[in-house]
Amino acid sequence: MKEKVKILDKEAVARAITRIAHEILEKNKSTKDLCLIGIRNRGVYLAERLADRIKNIEGSGVLTGALDITLYRDDLALVSGQPLVRKTEIDFDINGKNLVLVDDVLYTGRTIRAALDALIDFGRPRSIQLAVLVDRGHRELPIRADYAGKNIPTSKDESVEVRLEETEGVDEVVIIGKELK
Amino acid sequence: MTWIRKDLLGLEELNREELELILSTAESFKEVSSREIKKVPALRGKTVVNLFYEPSTRTRVSFEVAAKRLSADVINIATETSSVKKGETLIDTGKNIEALKADIIVMRHNASGAAAMLARNLNISVVNAGDGWHEHPTQALLDIFTLKEKLGRIEGLNVSIVGDIAHSRVARSNIWGLLKLGAKVTLCAPKILIPAAIEDMGVAVTNDIEEALAKADAVNVLRMQFERDGETAFPRQLEYFKQFGITAERLKKAKKNIIVMHPGPVNRGIEISSEVADGANSVILEQVTNGIAVRMAVLFLVAQAQDKLANITKDEPSLS
Repeated sequence: MKEKVKILDKEAVARAITRIAHEILEKNKSTKDLCLIGIRNRGVYLAERLADRIKNIEGSGVLTGALDITLYRDDLALVSGQPLVRKTEIDFDINGKNLVLVDDVLYTGRTIRAALDALIDFGRPRSIQLAVLVDRGHRELPIRADYAGKNIPTSKDESVEVRLEETEGVDEVVIIGKELK
Repeated sequence: MTWIRKDLLGLEELNREELELILSTAESFKEVSSREIKKVPALRGKTVVNLFYEPSTRTRVSFEVAAKRLSADVINIATETSSVKKGETLIDTGKNIEALKADIIVMRHNASGAAAMLARNLNISVVNAGDGWHEHPTQALLDIFTLKEKLGRIEGLNVSIVGDIAHSRVARSNIWGLLKLGAKVTLCAPKILIPAAIEDMGVAVTNDIEEALAKADAVNVLRMQFERDGETAFPRQLEYFKQFGITAERLKKAKKNIIVMHPGPVNRGIEISSEVADGANSVILEQVTNGIAVRMAVLFLVAQAQDKLANITKDEPSLS
């Protein structure tokens, strides 16, 4: 048995996404040249939801893309299990665009480092910002989020699970603790 | 599904899940070649040695392009200009390459089983780029990848393989791969070019090209290898074309959207007419493009497996 604590429920996840959508618009002033890039897997669904919210608020849509960072990881050899290479789908020119990278959890920062390298192979965006649903601390690289749904102080032996309707059938964020004796 | 093989020697030894993993990984890699910067850092710092005991341009170049798009360093050894000429054995050559700290050897050899023997004697990865009449796994994988891309599935397809089956490692690898993925395979060739008891693999055999084309969703046209046994084995090239050549006339009686594949190099007017090779049903050049994606996937998977063996005791870091 492991200890579990629910940090965000369905409503809280929805509110966090709505707030981030407003913050993105506030900072970027408009949807002109604004694009959202979701990091596979859950970041892609979060990016799509953010794009929906932005369209509802602003009336104009933003382009979204999906980024798989497997080939840019610095720890491929150390990962247990099969590193699945999935598709990167960015069907538009990112040169001169303001990109918002979207991911579910920000932790060591290594995923974001890999994503930045991957994006720069696609062109030269005007800016890259970062939006995450959960920031759990413990950064190993000088990286920070521009938009965070929730800051959750955690210990390294806990894990944070983001579950989404699209992948797990439910919207929630759960902290899973150490094995209970 | 976890890929644990440090080598890719043939499709006979792979199971369906492993074949599907290669195909789905290749699908992701295909996108890399459509980028402006056609390169990812996945094999940065790795060295791939192309060791070719038989002449080959397209396979060697395809592997070289694949390795370079993964950021690996590539060294080509053509044995005519190497110490092999001085009598060095295959295993000695392999061990020397290993001592150079190369990571993957891609080998083409005229002896069946050569790749397997090398793999047994080395710790580094060996990828079979064709061994004798035995197997040419990446060619079959790219044929199957192309078929799947075109028709959306492999399960239940009727695939005919036409030509010199007896001397064809491409045919053998295709048969293994297609059968494991649930296709039905028909072989068609003059009797002398069909190996005895090949039906035991689970394929149908015919000597009638029209029968082979009648139900086929795809036809894989093999190259007539006249350089291997001169013209004695089968009387005349024109005679072959007349009886077995894939022509527009013959395709009229086949399914309208039949896919025509050929591993290249094409002998126009011998196994296939120019009209068909360049026609709407032909996917011959798409096969070449897909070959890069498939070989990237294979190089990536064997390199991962090797790294994993080396790091088996280390802890998994978290990455979020």
